[in-house]
Amino acid sequence: MSAMSLGVALFLLVNLVVALVAAARGPTPADRMLTALLFGSTGVGVLALLAHAMAIPALVDVALTLALLAAIAGIAFARRAWREGDD
Amino acid sequence: MIELASNLLLLVGAFFYFAGTVGLLRFPDVYTRLHALAKADNLGLGCVLAGLALQAESPAAALKLLLIWPLALAASAAVSYAIAHRAESLGVAPWRREEK
Repeated sequence: MSAMSLGVALFLLVNLVVALVAAARGPTPADRMLTALLFGSTGVGVLALLAHAMAIPALVDVALTLALLAAIAGIAFARRAWREGDD
Repeated sequence: MIELASNLLLLVGAFFYFAGTVGLLRFPDVYTRLHALAKADNLGLGCVLAGLALQAESPAAALKLLLIWPLALAASAAVSYAIAHRAESLGVAPWRREEK
């Protein structure tokens, strides 16, 4: 049974690696930031799957923290970091 | 039976995550990419979490897993709005289909 969740977690990891292409392509800083946000939402899924597959409940807390941090990173980027003329 | 439903939900979740990644790669501008990220990915997360919650040992553990989802939804709504608003005020033009 945990094989199933491990398999899905691996698939999500492959997804993340492919998404790095989008980060490299740009063209605006926001397009690159979106990949960081993708790492946030996919990372939460991977961590929850690993918590189940390896029977480490603490990883669910890590997933919650990651979800929060991704949100804060996105807001900080939009409100503070992204300025005119960046590229 | 529960195991089958859970596996199915995990697979559906993986599919939506995949759709989100494809959208991020294929869509032409930041607004459409936000759309792929905010909707497809969060639906994938919801399916994966529901699938895992079905197999959780206690109701409390299942509830904790399911509570991650509203947090992610609220966060992605706020972040998508902030990024789209900023992009617009910086003058990033929305993509338009070229006239033939």
